[in-house]
Amino acid sequence: MLVYFLKRLAMVVPVLFGLTVIVFLIMAMIPGDAATAILGAYATPENVARINQQLGLDRSLPEQYFIWLGNLLQGDLGRSYSLNRPVLDEVLERFNATLVLAGAALLLCTVFGLLAGIVSAVRQFGWTDRIVTFFVLIGISMPSFWLGLILILVFAVNLRWLPPSGMFAIYGGGGPLDLLAHLILPAVTLAVVATGVIARLTRAAMLEVLRQDYIRTARAKGLTERRVIYRHAFKAALVSVIPVIGIQAGFVLGGAVYIETVFQWPGIGRMLVQAISTRDLLLVQGGVLVVAASYVLFNLLADVAQHLLDPRLKS
Amino acid sequence: MSAATNAAKPVARRGRPSFLQLLVANRLSAFGLVLLVLIAGLALITPWLPLPSPDVTNPADRLMRPMTDGHLLGTDQLGRDLFSRLLWGTRVSIAVGLSATIVAAIFGSAIGLIAGYAGGRTDNIMMRGIDMLMAFPYILLALAIVAVLGPGLLNALYAIAVVNIPFFARNIRGVTLSLARREFVDAAKLSGKGHIRILLSEVLPNVLPVIVITMSTTVGWMILETAGLSFLGLGAQPPQADLGSMLGEGRKVLFNAPHVSIVPGLMIFALVMSINLLGDGIRDVLDPRLKSGALSRPSAATAVRRESVPEMPRETGAALDVRDLKTQFHVGGEVYKAVGGVSFQLNKHECLGLVGESGSGKSVTAMSLLGLVPTPPGRIAGGRVIHEGKDLLEASEAELRRLRGGAFAYVFQDPLSTLHPLFSVGDQITEAIRAHQPLSYREAWKKAVELLSLVRIPNAAERAHSYPHQLSGGMRQRISIAMALANDAEILIADEPTTALDVTVQAQILKLMAALQDEKGSALLFITHDFGVVSEISDRVAVMYAGRIVETGPTDEVLFSPAHPYTRKLIDCVPVLGEPERRLDAIAGLPPAVNRLPEGCAFADRCPHVEAACRKGDIALDDLGPGRAVRCIKPLTAGREEAAQ
Repeated sequence: MLVYFLKRLAMVVPVLFGLTVIVFLIMAMIPGDAATAILGAYATPENVARINQQLGLDRSLPEQYFIWLGNLLQGDLGRSYSLNRPVLDEVLERFNATLVLAGAALLLCTVFGLLAGIVSAVRQFGWTDRIVTFFVLIGISMPSFWLGLILILVFAVNLRWLPPSGMFAIYGGGGPLDLLAHLILPAVTLAVVATGVIARLTRAAMLEVLRQDYIRTARAKGLTERRVIYRHAFKAALVSVIPVIGIQAGFVLGGAVYIETVFQWPGIGRMLVQAISTRDLLLVQGGVLVVAASYVLFNLLADVAQHLLDPRLKS
Repeated sequence: MSAATNAAKPVARRGRPSFLQLLVANRLSAFGLVLLVLIAGLALITPWLPLPSPDVTNPADRLMRPMTDGHLLGTDQLGRDLFSRLLWGTRVSIAVGLSATIVAAIFGSAIGLIAGYAGGRTDNIMMRGIDMLMAFPYILLALAIVAVLGPGLLNALYAIAVVNIPFFARNIRGVTLSLARREFVDAAKLSGKGHIRILLSEVLPNVLPVIVITMSTTVGWMILETAGLSFLGLGAQPPQADLGSMLGEGRKVLFNAPHVSIVPGLMIFALVMSINLLGDGIRDVLDPRLKSGALSRPSAATAVRRESVPEMPRETGAALDVRDLKTQFHVGGEVYKAVGGVSFQLNKHECLGLVGESGSGKSVTAMSLLGLVPTPPGRIAGGRVIHEGKDLLEASEAELRRLRGGAFAYVFQDPLSTLHPLFSVGDQITEAIRAHQPLSYREAWKKAVELLSLVRIPNAAERAHSYPHQLSGGMRQRISIAMALANDAEILIADEPTTALDVTVQAQILKLMAALQDEKGSALLFITHDFGVVSEISDRVAVMYAGRIVETGPTDEVLFSPAHPYTRKLIDCVPVLGEPERRLDAIAGLPPAVNRLPEGCAFADRCPHVEAACRKGDIALDDLGPGRAVRCIKPLTAGREEAAQ
């Protein structure tokens, strides 16, 4: 198992390398001139040349990339001009908040998606199944940012049960309970779509598995239906659902952009939107890179989990 | 969709219905279609509707509630008419979503077609690139692109199109890859057509359904995502408005005028839902294999709806007494009579061989005994299965559970698919033991290891930790047998236990089963299509054809003087060592379909001795001396048999 894990970890390296290439290329394609952007339209040619040299823009593209990559590996992602602080510091700070939100949402969508999928498959064509199918359809068709607004209206404005925005209360907040209260609405909103997708696939996987010969064997052994479904069928279905959960991590991390904006959550998604409007491209670059890298790691986790569960993959 | 499959059935019965018919038969997707046509129709005619201009501001009328005079949906913070803005915004959103889909479809399909057609290194490089794009969280990549291009509706469109290219490229490449190796493509190449012409005229038309499916499943997403970018202020810029930017602007007055943001959101929701419903329907029609609802979940026990119930017989002393058992499959209005009235007795300590071609109903008979036939579509339509004076067809699920793996144990055909792939074999046997005996896991495990030694598995203690895929076919079948022996079953039911194995292993397993049956004194119902195997192991045999027993008797007698022409043919199919000149007669023709059984003898069409009388009325199973019976009006006698040869 350890060997597999190390092998799989080694396979992550070229993917991360590819990510840096794509991020670098996207940023290098920016129309216009970075020096003009920094110095303004009335800069003297000497100053432009000096800035270009400082930024390394007078070198060839591959050279620029390797210099950039070298800095990246030393933890230097440049300096955000709008915040006037190192990009890495800002990005990591924001990423913590996103990780809390995305982690909570992933937990919710995994638990409820799997449960809904199983119940739906077990009660196939029954009213539970219909209700789940209906909610799944609504969930995956709904704009999550809109759902967030409605939840704020209902639970924060009208019922006043939960705070409408932020990560902690401004006055006297800060404890884990305060965080939880602020977390509920955004995490639920963020989880809705992924829950729908996981529920749908779990249902299909369960129905597929329940027709397998080994399920008949389990019944022929005289096992209870509960054991047949929750031990024999569920474990087999889980093997095919786990990669989907890994993919959902990507949708949750991406969806955080909307949800953090709606709930003013101080995460990396909101930072990205702000950075785009202030054209703070180094900040955008750093944020995209960190989130993409974390997505790769989420998928790595899903892969490892699948291997732990399925002995056939080991040989 | 559950409702979809139910509704689609009546249409599917009549030949091949048209695409639209199928689509409309699916109630949910029909609803989606209607909703979409409604929304798209409104958006289309918007310029000709008597509406106030969507961009005329009127600060005096700002934030009016819905249903006020002159403003059906009220006004926004600049006093603009919300209904008018909604329709105009819908136009923009649909146009942008559709354009993004088309752009993504064109570029993605082109990449997929080229990669799949070229194969080899080109394919490898292109697909690695696509994989890299997919390593990004979807929306993040779109954000990065917008960051570079700058905010704006057109840039948002490009960004969303680009991030969707991988979906098309992957799907289309997969299909192209298999098409590119097909004969008609080779033929086109030989006829001197250029690669581009082949791609466009031979490959593309076959790939088109996949492109349509991918479009229909992604267009909803694309509308949602472009709306999202606009919501963030990165898409449509004022005064131009799509549904997303309306929602984004409305958010600023969320607390005092919620309708300004709720209305456009509702429209996005309706639009995307109608597209998703329709997309599901299109996918189900074009590619029925993907239809998840088509798989129905088998219940814990076969449904019993008996139309005929024979008298409960007096105690016969048999371990198992099956009377007039009927099992049917109901599929799409057709009734398949897989078992059409089977009666037999299995005595204690004896081995009864149940023989017949595949599809003759022998396995279904065995599965029916303890309700293991999947429902739907299976159901037991008649008969009794009597064990210790009780009719098992009347047993509750709990009683069935006690008998399954307890008094009755099954050994199935293919041990690779019948053993659970994710549990160790020791664990699976342990589970079988603990289902019927109050033992701790550790005690049961010890017993499982003993059982493994009993079925002659070397290093049993070690092997118990193996998973099925790590064992050979013969080993796996020994595991199944060990599992069947776990609770000293009175009756063993072996369903083609040696069919999936090669010949030498077959012989070992047969020997093992015979020895164990002898040792444990259990009764054995042995199902096979192979008369050679029957002659090795069984005391008596029952031959099945098209769901009924056609001949029964002591194995030797049936083997040496078969009375039914079908039995004769079946025996002739067995090669005999040392008799190379013997004909290997495959039986000409096919058994009748059990949903359209002919009147009279089901074997009539394939029988060399058929007469007019064979096709009339029901032919009974007639006694033919002690312990022998045949379902034939002109049973073979020794003399006639010679004549036949």
